[in-house]
Amino acid sequence: MEKRVVFRSPWLPYLLVAPQLAITIVFFFWPASQALLQSLQQQDPFGISVEFVGLDNFRALFTDEHYLASFKVTTIFSVLVATIGMSVSLLLAVFADRALRFSGIYKTLLIWPYAVAHAVAGVLWLFLFNPTLGIVAHWMRRAGIDWDPVLNGNDAMTLVVVAAVWNQISYNFLFFLAGLQSIPKSLIEAAAIDGAGPGRRFWTIVLPLLSPTTFFLLVVNVVYAFFNTFAIIDTATSGGPGQATEILVYKVYKDGFKALDLGSSAAQSVVLMAIVIGLTIVQFRYIERKVQY
Amino acid sequence: MSAISSGSVSGGGERSRAHVSATAWKRWWRPAGEGLVENRPFLDFLTHAVLILGVAVIAFPVYVTFVASTVTAEDVLAAPMSLIPGPHLVDNYREALLRGAGNSAAGAGKMMFNSLVTALVIAIGKIAISLLSAFAVVYFRFPGRMFCFWMIFVTLMLPVEVRILPTYKVISDLAMLDTYTGLTLPLIASATATFLFRQFFLTIPDELAEAARIDGAGPMRFFWDVVVPMSKTSMAALFVIQFIYGWNQYLWPLIVTTPAAARRRSSGTW
Repeated sequence: MEKRVVFRSPWLPYLLVAPQLAITIVFFFWPASQALLQSLQQQDPFGISVEFVGLDNFRALFTDEHYLASFKVTTIFSVLVATIGMSVSLLLAVFADRALRFSGIYKTLLIWPYAVAHAVAGVLWLFLFNPTLGIVAHWMRRAGIDWDPVLNGNDAMTLVVVAAVWNQISYNFLFFLAGLQSIPKSLIEAAAIDGAGPGRRFWTIVLPLLSPTTFFLLVVNVVYAFFNTFAIIDTATSGGPGQATEILVYKVYKDGFKALDLGSSAAQSVVLMAIVIGLTIVQFRYIERKVQY
Repeated sequence: MSAISSGSVSGGGERSRAHVSATAWKRWWRPAGEGLVENRPFLDFLTHAVLILGVAVIAFPVYVTFVASTVTAEDVLAAPMSLIPGPHLVDNYREALLRGAGNSAAGAGKMMFNSLVTALVIAIGKIAISLLSAFAVVYFRFPGRMFCFWMIFVTLMLPVEVRILPTYKVISDLAMLDTYTGLTLPLIASATATFLFRQFFLTIPDELAEAARIDGAGPMRFFWDVVVPMSKTSMAALFVIQFIYGWNQYLWPLIVTTPAAARRRSSGTW
């Protein structure tokens, strides 16, 4: 889509885009190219000598069992966050859309975790589940459940998944609610006249018509689980115990800033960039095509 | 003349927008499923049960933390702590806001101020530069236009988290560590805002630009008197989103600032 009426000036448009482009080049393209370059180099921790090593960093990365383990952790984590987060929000959205009374109150109470910072979300849930002072941990112990996120990797994973899902529920909820409200009422009424019950109407009409929203949210949730959950992981478990909750982004940070292995950290950054670019392309190809039904 | 026409246009826009937001408000507080009312008592019961359970689970962590903030440290440590608020609310908050807790020197008040400044700078900065660049991309034809647009757009694919180390190096080379500039400037570029404003500008009727040109208004006059007043709603929506984005930043402030005093609230909670 283009404008028919435009202004003419040889220099003004450049002046207008200059601030945006300057920041983009200095803080996006320059670092990204640095990362690319660094990923092909080997540097000692003091920055005295630099050696060009080609693809060795990547080769080392993909034979490193810790990195592969981190890949696996990230995959499990994002699948859990995306599926649990989306199913719970869809369930709540369907019922909130259906409720005849108090629906405004429910909706308002369900959307506010969005305003809670990721770091704070991690702390809140750790506070509940901490084995010594957490109140939920106490209840679980009383119920006979062996619970210790500080020592047990699976418990730690459960903790960060719950915190991450909790923080993202309101976002998913809002989008599902908007999607549900945009479904023409006549379709649902027609199905009801034909004798379809609520469950049947949901599976055969509502869910298929929600698929563009679902797909969009899927990509958003995966990106969220990959990148934005850093704060939750850092505050709740710091990637531990061992490596049980160390997602890829956390490993980039740890290897780069704590272990000072710059070449490997840069190579990991490049791998992450490739993943994001892939996800974005998928998102745009499919959303452009599927959003009009 | 252009001032008059823009005035009447934005006036009309305001009215219709107010109308839209009023219906949205009503829709939010009223059930959407008015059309189809069925008598299914069990499903009604299930609906409210699920929603109440959902609200309870979602509110629980914050409630517990609130209770913990109203009792003394000893009460919190005595597991299980009670779920009834205690009498120390005011003391605890005064201490947290003014003196800070544990080994962090600054009180939460100072941290919240830092957070506020950064979030405001990020939100306003993003809106300002995105408005300008979207205006340039939509209302001008110049060599390299699509190239500029795509260059901005690609940044969507590079969140701070994937390029922390090199970005840190750039900031340190520019001697911006531990400054508000270093904290905010790299986060100001925004593909989302530019894209949103571009989409919005494309829906502004061409007649307005035509009228402005006939009246002899230059591009910047048109920008200030027509485009900016019309974009107020988009700006407000974006401001909320970007403010939350800025407020919730964690990794970047953690890395780019060293002393506890400069830490922002989000990263200062721990």
